[in-house]
Amino acid sequence: MTRHYSALSLIREGLNGQRGWEPAWRDARPQAHYDAIVVGGGGHGLATAYYLAKNHGITNVALLERGWIGGGNTGRNTTVIRSNYFFPETAAFFDFALKLYEGLSQDLNYNIMFSQRGMWFLGHDRHAMEMLSRSVNAMLLNGVDAELHDSDSVRRHIPGLNDRPRFPVLGALNQPRGGTARHDAVAWGYARGASRLGVDIIQNCEVHDFIIEAGQMRGVETSLGTIRSDLVGMAVAGHSTVLAAKAGIRLPISSYALQAFVSEPVKPCLDTVILSPATGTYLSQSDKGELVIGAGLDMFLSYAQRGSLPWMERAAAGVVELFPAFSRMRFLRQWAGLVDITHDSTPIIDKTKVSGFYISAGWGTGGFKAIPAGGWCLAHLMATGTSHPLATGFCLDRFRSGALIDEASASGISH
Amino acid sequence: MFLIDCPYCGPRAETEFRCGGEAHIERPSPHGEVTDEAWSNYLFYRQNPKAEHRERWVHTAGCRRWFNVARDTVTHRIIAVYAMGETMPAAAGEPR
Repeated sequence: MTRHYSALSLIREGLNGQRGWEPAWRDARPQAHYDAIVVGGGGHGLATAYYLAKNHGITNVALLERGWIGGGNTGRNTTVIRSNYFFPETAAFFDFALKLYEGLSQDLNYNIMFSQRGMWFLGHDRHAMEMLSRSVNAMLLNGVDAELHDSDSVRRHIPGLNDRPRFPVLGALNQPRGGTARHDAVAWGYARGASRLGVDIIQNCEVHDFIIEAGQMRGVETSLGTIRSDLVGMAVAGHSTVLAAKAGIRLPISSYALQAFVSEPVKPCLDTVILSPATGTYLSQSDKGELVIGAGLDMFLSYAQRGSLPWMERAAAGVVELFPAFSRMRFLRQWAGLVDITHDSTPIIDKTKVSGFYISAGWGTGGFKAIPAGGWCLAHLMATGTSHPLATGFCLDRFRSGALIDEASASGISH
Repeated sequence: MFLIDCPYCGPRAETEFRCGGEAHIERPSPHGEVTDEAWSNYLFYRQNPKAEHRERWVHTAGCRRWFNVARDTVTHRIIAVYAMGETMPAAAGEPR
């Protein structure tokens, strides 16, 4: 059976009628006991399982997913990767994620199609330009690449921008190392890597309850029976509060629906990522040719994986305002993901009051770009019992002590 | 998109309203004796049920008055609409 992906194996299997490919990961059935359990088969959970095995040698691991892997927010985001944050803690963390993404295809032997096509954050008035130049300075001080461009330069780099928009484009921040990756490939690549190292990837396995004895985590009750382990990590995005409540834990998180949609596929016409919060536009083009459009949050609690029509209209209006040429393109698909929002828009990677139970939550609207670092740090926390230096600030106690990392205001996260 | 039955103006489109979050939150007191935990709970911890949720809405593009709504967060079905300061009506459960 062929396991390794390379030009040579491609030729060999081509001559062999493609009959020898090994499945990318084993579809495992649960055993009674594991050294560690990871709940949630999205990017964060899969990366956690992979790094538990790779970085810490813990290979007797079960990854439990209620549906199919990568079917939640990992398959529902706009695939953008960037690290344009303001505070040192978040900038260091998200840039570490970006660096891991840069080497991920090689590391996983799986092409995640990471295209560093740049990410343009447009400014439409003088105040926005002042905030963007402040942002550029903060990024440079934090060792992250950033460029400030004036209006002419923006137009030279982004063909097709409206000549006379209602809200003029005065300039932009560009992060050249930002870009997009194939989101499904990130999930599949991590699943394949983890499975090879011994992790059991168990799909269609819903966790109903936790087994806790005298404050110590002992395992989980699932739709496929009881699975025991004294070490459990959880990364379940929009359902974080629902599942944590089963372990008696309250989290400072609210769940909202974040909507996105794609157009019909067309020839390559946009070779970068455009973000214009003022006009409600978040736009890129996928390798398949679809325009990928991100909308905003429906600002009321939601566990419905569908967005509202008003936001769809607003996002489409923003795209047409900036790129009149796209006005006659048709929508192909629309969907929403359930995102877990914290008050300061900074995630939580921390232990809990239940010994042996660790959580990674609060990724809000920006979880995809954080996947490698989120998995890296949760695996570190689970394996060693102490926070990774990059994630010490992402603690639950900050909501009591007041040491918030308020990226909601600082880097202009729009939700 | 859903219709919200403003108690003052009648049924109107969702776009005319804004949601003000969880209803019936009381500020802890007396001020000098509130613990860090209670204060943190008041500021940052909210109910986040995958079920019926009591929340405040304001008719921003209409009468601009506030009222309470009981809404299912999965189906968005509005179970009850009632005035600020009132408790949930006993007859709740009937869809409006």
